[in-house]
Amino acid sequence: MRFGVVIFPGSNCEQDVVHAAEVLGHEAGYIWHGDTDISGFDAIVLPGGFSYGDYIRCGAVARFSPVMAEVIRFAERGGPVIGICNGFQILAEAHLLPGALLRNRGLKFICTQTTLRVEENSCQWMDATPGTLLRIPINHNEGNYICDPETLERLQGNGQIVLRYCEADGSRAEGGSAPNGALDDIAGICNERGNVFGLMPHPERVVDPAVGITDGAVVFTSIARRLAEVV
Amino acid sequence: MARFQIFVTYKKGIFDPPGATAERALVSLGYDEVSSVKIGKFIQLEVADGTSEERVAEMCGKLLANPVIEDFRIEPVEEA
Repeated sequence: MRFGVVIFPGSNCEQDVVHAAEVLGHEAGYIWHGDTDISGFDAIVLPGGFSYGDYIRCGAVARFSPVMAEVIRFAERGGPVIGICNGFQILAEAHLLPGALLRNRGLKFICTQTTLRVEENSCQWMDATPGTLLRIPINHNEGNYICDPETLERLQGNGQIVLRYCEADGSRAEGGSAPNGALDDIAGICNERGNVFGLMPHPERVVDPAVGITDGAVVFTSIARRLAEVV
Repeated sequence: MARFQIFVTYKKGIFDPPGATAERALVSLGYDEVSSVKIGKFIQLEVADGTSEERVAEMCGKLLANPVIEDFRIEPVEEA
């Protein structure tokens, strides 16, 4: 399959995504934020970084870039879209995913390894068995997920909470296991249809066996398997 | 030219990490009377004469504030 990786001014994880896709035997190409043609790609990736310098709010400006109108149309037609870190923030600003990402509790930029628990596998980007633990790093200043209580209930009820931060043994600490203070330890959510996935951790960084951990691969292999089934 | 001042603050119930940190810092500096600090954004906007407040509100709802987490208040600035 072929991943299209969008580059906004200030994106800085696009090469990691392309590398991850290629390591897994897929193709990947770049899409410039000013482009309005995203045909030829099976899935769209909004990578991490600091699009438009994170001015106003993270993702607030990127969400209005020309390519995003096409990405929104693609997502609404059921096309698979993933937003990683800054990409998640952009999806939230674009209202493709509910809620918002606030500054980390503690005000520190956090770059660390985390353990995530797969909560649901109805999302097209996650077919691992619920309960599976994944070691995937985070690298952000605004990953503190928030939404109103009704939205949280809806996310939970629909199985849209795909990944939660947890302790190394899979349990959740009483005071919360999210290093950034995220509501309900939420690390990644999908839309109701399951084709749009947003997460703060960086799966693309733990795909190449050269780095020692390959727990991020499941995100890319899940969507590839899913698309193979559909075709 | 018309001027507007826009105040963007977190909605009630949304945790404000910089505000909470400033609050703790003030109390630890001995300002025990402090019970709450909320930190938001202040935006000064210059627009063409005759621009309506509704139009400015539209700009706020679309870009300058995120209605999911933030409230905004618009004040026209009277020229001295």
